[in-house]
Amino acid sequence: MEILVCVRRVPDTAENEIQLNSAGKDIERDDLVYSINEWDNYAVEEALQIVARVGGNVTVVTVGGEDDEEVLRREMAMGANHGVLLTDAAFEGSDGRGIAAILAAFVKKGKYDLALTGVQAEDGGAQVGGMLAALLDYPFASLVNAIEILDGGKLKICREIEGGNKEMNEIDLPCVLSIQTGINEPRYVGMRGIRQVASVPIPTYGASDLGLNVDTVGATAAKVKREDYFVPPLGKGAEMLRGNREDNIDKLIEMLRAKGGLK
Amino acid sequence: MAGIFVYIVHKGGVPDDSAAELVAAAKAIDASAFPAAVVTGSGAELDSVCDSLCGSYREVWKIANEALAYPNAELIRKVLVAVLPQDAIVLVPHQHFGVDLSPGLSVKLNSPFVSDAVGIEGRDGNILKLVRQEFGGQISAHVHCDVSWGAVINVRPGAFKPLEAQPANGNVLDKSSQVGALNCGRRYLQTIAAEAGDVDISKEPVLVSVGRGFQEKDNIAIAQELADAMGAAVSCSRPVVDAKWLEKSRQVGSSGQTVKPKVYMACGISGSFQHLAGIKGNPFMVAINKNPKAPIFQVADVGIVDDVLEFLPALTEKIRER
Repeated sequence: MEILVCVRRVPDTAENEIQLNSAGKDIERDDLVYSINEWDNYAVEEALQIVARVGGNVTVVTVGGEDDEEVLRREMAMGANHGVLLTDAAFEGSDGRGIAAILAAFVKKGKYDLALTGVQAEDGGAQVGGMLAALLDYPFASLVNAIEILDGGKLKICREIEGGNKEMNEIDLPCVLSIQTGINEPRYVGMRGIRQVASVPIPTYGASDLGLNVDTVGATAAKVKREDYFVPPLGKGAEMLRGNREDNIDKLIEMLRAKGGLK
Repeated sequence: MAGIFVYIVHKGGVPDDSAAELVAAAKAIDASAFPAAVVTGSGAELDSVCDSLCGSYREVWKIANEALAYPNAELIRKVLVAVLPQDAIVLVPHQHFGVDLSPGLSVKLNSPFVSDAVGIEGRDGNILKLVRQEFGGQISAHVHCDVSWGAVINVRPGAFKPLEAQPANGNVLDKSSQVGALNCGRRYLQTIAAEAGDVDISKEPVLVSVGRGFQEKDNIAIAQELADAMGAAVSCSRPVVDAKWLEKSRQVGSSGQTVKPKVYMACGISGSFQHLAGIKGNPFMVAINKNPKAPIFQVADVGIVDDVLEFLPALTEKIRER
């Protein structure tokens, strides 16, 4: 099975305190720690596991610039066979629809049985997979947390729905699935693995290589634009205990006792 | 101006809470607007949903079809493309169905998509101004969407409070005949109910809830020791289940359990809206997190900025000493 996984390099929320910069319009980006989008990493692992069962190749692709190569190499160190960078000045400022259009153009150049994305990225968009499927006229399923290969060009998939319930579906190939965290246990990638793929060439494709009309992507085509970041006026918020650890513990125990939190 | 339409999620013949919330969202787009409800389904359940919506919507568009008995987003997308005007502004609740439906719907209607809106600040000509959250709720963003050609907007459940009820005396318009034969490349098979766990966290009055801040599986014991000392049970947030540190039955949130404790200790939990959606009954909430920007501090009653792996053992020891 030929599987394409669309990935993205994002600021790692677990590692960063996100704050406004001094201009007050954008976040402070100087010291951000970047990593592979967590959902995408599960998608790559799932693709690798499928290929291990039924054969085939895994290609990881991202839309971005030179800096984004590092996540492609990281996923290649995990075992992805190919990495591809879609890059062009005309792509800058694309909204979700623009990114999906760029990816769709790339999918059409190849021959993939299955395209995977993560459910969402740190901006909570949860949009590119569904848009990609619609642009390609492929079936789509979101929030997928199990995949079984059936005979006859079909998959049996499980979607995560409310209350921990599971929605089982059958879906025809080729299709697009957005992968939920927890579907598998992504393998560890060590420095040695990354060094081994450090010099593997990563092909790049621009708008003309993909046959894309530049008016359909990038900032000019974007109908959805982020104007600025801001910190909303805070509500009441928590009463913060700001003493030393000992004092905080004593206060907290008093409160827990008053609220019936201690037996 | 384009009409505003609300897609109604329903179950067991009853509309979801979002049906009333999204009327308020529509009024935030245009105070003079009367959004129309769009409901798909089949049989008596569908009729009962439509009837109850007539209390809050002037127009209820009903699309009945046997194939729509289960809400398969792949089919419903085709239905909506067939019945909606192309410049419609479509509001959909941002949950497991909306995530499935809306991005593709926006492509097929050739209109822009805004995901997970938490606020709407009104319209300036063709520009709709919305508020979203990014980075797990650590920061907010103003988003401008050009709605000249309509839009599909997923709205976070709970972000809008239902308006004071103004009886709408709505009419049901049957649009079923506008929909042709329905088939698609994805077929619903069945729903498998969540497995029950060893502890029913939905019934526990005191919960020590574990998040990503615990860093590794072995550290879960720290929470269990505290819970034992307090007479509490251990629950968790999603990343803990993803990492296989605890069973799915311990997960609090929209994709896990809904809990109603008296006291909720959020330990190393950032506080995503999906997690908070699983906490009902306004418990006394304590948040302990080493990131002072963690959104959990906005909703907790008491907050402590500290490393749970150091703070909790000290707390446990002090409780044992009492």
